[in-house]
Amino acid sequence: MTDLAHIRNFSIIAHIDHGKSTLADRLIELCGGLTARERRDQVLDSMEIERERGITIKANTTRLTYTARNGEMYELNLIDTPGHVDFTYEVSRSLAACEGSILVVDASQGVEAQTLANVYLAIDANHEIVPVLNKIDLPAAEPDRVKQEINDVIGLDASDALPISAKTGMGVDEVLEAIVHKLPPPKGDEAAALKALLVDSWYDAYLGVVILVRIRDGVLRKGMKIRMMGTGAAYEVDEVGVFTPKPLKVNELTPGSVGFIAASIKTIADCQVGDTITDDRRPAAAALPGFKPSQPVVFCGLFPVNSDDFEKLRDSIAKLALNDASFEYQMETSAALGFGFRCGFLGLLHLEIIQERLEREFDLDLITTAPSVVYKVHLTDGSTIELHNPADMPDPVRIAGMEEPWIRATVMVPDSYLGAVLALCQERRGEQLDLTYVSGRAMAVYRLPLNEVVYDFYDRLKSVSRGYASFDYQIEGYHESDLVKLSILVNGDPVDALSMVVHRTQAEARGRHLCMRLKDLIPRQLFKVAIQAAIGGKVIARETLSALRKDVTAKCYGGDATRKRKLLEKQKEGKKRMRAIGNVEIPQSAFIAALKTGDN
Amino acid sequence: MNGAQPFGLYVHWPFCRSKCPYCDFNSHVADAIDHARWCQAYLREIATLAPRLAGRELSSIFFGGGTPSLMRPETTAAIIDAARALWPGVEPEITLEANPTSIEAEKFAGFRAAGVNRVSVGVQALDDNALKFLGREHSAKEALAALEVARRNFARVNADMIYARPEQTVAAWRSELARLLELGLGHLSLYQLTIERGTPFFGLHNKGTFELPDEDTAAELYEMTGEVLTYAGLFAYEVSNYARPGEECRHNLIYWRGQDYLGIGPGAHGRLPREDGGRSATANLRRPDDWLAQVELAGYGIGEDNVLSPAEIGEERVMMGLRLAEGIAEDIIPDKARLPRLIAGGFLECIEGRIRTTAEGRLRLNAVIADLLG
Repeated sequence: MTDLAHIRNFSIIAHIDHGKSTLADRLIELCGGLTARERRDQVLDSMEIERERGITIKANTTRLTYTARNGEMYELNLIDTPGHVDFTYEVSRSLAACEGSILVVDASQGVEAQTLANVYLAIDANHEIVPVLNKIDLPAAEPDRVKQEINDVIGLDASDALPISAKTGMGVDEVLEAIVHKLPPPKGDEAAALKALLVDSWYDAYLGVVILVRIRDGVLRKGMKIRMMGTGAAYEVDEVGVFTPKPLKVNELTPGSVGFIAASIKTIADCQVGDTITDDRRPAAAALPGFKPSQPVVFCGLFPVNSDDFEKLRDSIAKLALNDASFEYQMETSAALGFGFRCGFLGLLHLEIIQERLEREFDLDLITTAPSVVYKVHLTDGSTIELHNPADMPDPVRIAGMEEPWIRATVMVPDSYLGAVLALCQERRGEQLDLTYVSGRAMAVYRLPLNEVVYDFYDRLKSVSRGYASFDYQIEGYHESDLVKLSILVNGDPVDALSMVVHRTQAEARGRHLCMRLKDLIPRQLFKVAIQAAIGGKVIARETLSALRKDVTAKCYGGDATRKRKLLEKQKEGKKRMRAIGNVEIPQSAFIAALKTGDN
Repeated sequence: MNGAQPFGLYVHWPFCRSKCPYCDFNSHVADAIDHARWCQAYLREIATLAPRLAGRELSSIFFGGGTPSLMRPETTAAIIDAARALWPGVEPEITLEANPTSIEAEKFAGFRAAGVNRVSVGVQALDDNALKFLGREHSAKEALAALEVARRNFARVNADMIYARPEQTVAAWRSELARLLELGLGHLSLYQLTIERGTPFFGLHNKGTFELPDEDTAAELYEMTGEVLTYAGLFAYEVSNYARPGEECRHNLIYWRGQDYLGIGPGAHGRLPREDGGRSATANLRRPDDWLAQVELAGYGIGEDNVLSPAEIGEERVMMGLRLAEGIAEDIIPDKARLPRLIAGGFLECIEGRIRTTAEGRLRLNAVIADLLG
């Protein structure tokens, strides 16, 4: 066990691709955490999808043993956090587990929106922050400009920011020295009742649910009975250990240290990020501040393309949920898409990750319905319901009022694209709160309705700024709004999978767009097909798919009978992938394409 | 022979002088053909398979291809004689497909002497530019001359035409048709140009080298064709086939009515009865050398012989039968659930227990069949 003065707990804050994982790899290498054989890129990101996309989804920790230039040995705990806006709360809990951060900024690109959001979280957590300029070896590096930007945008003194190249290893030893000398050691009382912060949890095939913890006070030992103060769940601790980054079993975890526990936990829902773990026999008087039970923000339906895959989807979702306390799901039935699940996510990236993992790890073809936020619906009888699925929207006559969630969004963008970005924010009902310029770039702060953001804001932002805009947000709260349910009708029959809740001012444009897309996507039939968008009984957009005019094989003789019959068999097979809406056969591919937002 | 069920004999000659860019039939260009050897192979295959149609009435022989007018008349004579010896009885319709070049026209008398009583001439167009586009070796003038020779030799003459060609207008096709109708033929096969996978046209069309008339124009061309032919006294007894009453091609009716046929030669298909009362779908080996070698070894060149299930037999009858103006007996439709909607939609009609397409239904027959059998 190490005395507190020789422990440092830190995390690395960076925008995507600014070099966080590479720096972590170098730090682990320098401290001898892995043999050459065990080394690979992005050591701390274990999921295939994390490594492929260069992102971190799950928090992870590693204990580094570092002998500083003063000859003393230090225990450095690196807590690798997810950096994405979907996981802001998770990030804040990871940051709460350390005393300081290394802020990595790409020396050619400068401060981005994600950097900013995470730095503010670190400042909120009272972190000491060490700024580092990465990729200093690149010809495009502009260390002075970027230092100035860190000064101006973040308000952090960057005059002695460390110039490094995580790729070549240049300057990384200075980072280790700075961790030791600039970051404060943790505080904690070994004699007090146990208080440990639950940083993250996941499912491990060998250990069951594994919990990542940071000990504040007291000692966590193997065999102890622990209790989660937020959820109330109690378990006996089977194993205690630390990651180096390989798991290494230890007998106890003392204040200031970071490690893991396994406790034969059946339900991951008992292990909520930010909860306080205490000794069941000698509980702490008060939990650590800042705990919030996880709350899905974005919902969508997931359906198997092939209805025979429903059971497989159910099993796969259950398995993924084992690993993810913030993922919610329940069964849903759709006339258009069959049996599936309504799922809740922390945000769009979270949604995409789950969807991709289901498709990739479990080999499923999925249809994802348009993402929806959670609306509050005040009914005329005085009650309020939370609406997760547009299909469940009550009859308008029963609705007294509705509220939708708004966000506070920060967009950083080069000057030349600012006009387009502001127009986009305006078009999406945004209200400008702030607009500042720093060295050729603008930072716009907007209030925006979240439902506009989940519709296609990311894609549009990317396209209007040619990928140069960075974007981050935090949920601000609910506000009253004039919302309506937009239904899509095919020959008068509603297509439940395509209904959505939209602001009244957007309904017509969305409706027309969807009708036009469907017209292109539904193959022409013997009968003409009316495609309509409606609010309640009122049609606001209409397209007509004309009937087939001519479709007949010119030549068909003895030798063609077999070929024609085989073609018919194929068509029949194809029909299994069709869904009948009223008397119209619509291929599933049309739903999938119509549900893909963002393509105008 | 009264009461014996009729069947057709199809003989496939797989060789052409050159390949046409639209054609996806089993045709090959060969340097040298050993005619005597081929003749023996046809005779051998007929002899081997004849027992499967013992006691039946041979109502038609059809020489198709390829270009069967490149056969030696002696070969056709030997095949006809052999078939008539195996199935004596009423005189069958004996059709031969021919290209309208002067060389082939010179052989018409020989084919008549061999027993051929009907020719189907691949005119394809009466416009020299169009003939060039279609890769044909003859001019319009040569084709008209060949048709004259054909009419002198055969009581029954058909002309094959391809229309709905790139940039072909309704007016241009109307005058081309008028010129054709002046000849007073009793039967015309008028096909809209179709781009088939695996042909040179498929690649060219995909590349955008040419464009086919759009759906509306194609429909208009089809409807106009029907009107003009009706006025001339030729009725659309099938989607693309028009005939004066009584001049219908008996052989092709066998296919559309779902009757039996024996296929001889490379790639030929057959529908043959089975001893257990079922039905076989046969397909011969496609490559001429393969077929020839197998026939010489085993006596027949069948590569596939599949038993059709009752459902498949029903589906084929519906698919083929609805091409005919006479339609099909209602009770052969396997599942009638979709029928009322198609009748109400004006695509099919039911008259005295027979289901027939309306004009609207015929124009969209693929979709109607897919709906009816789906």
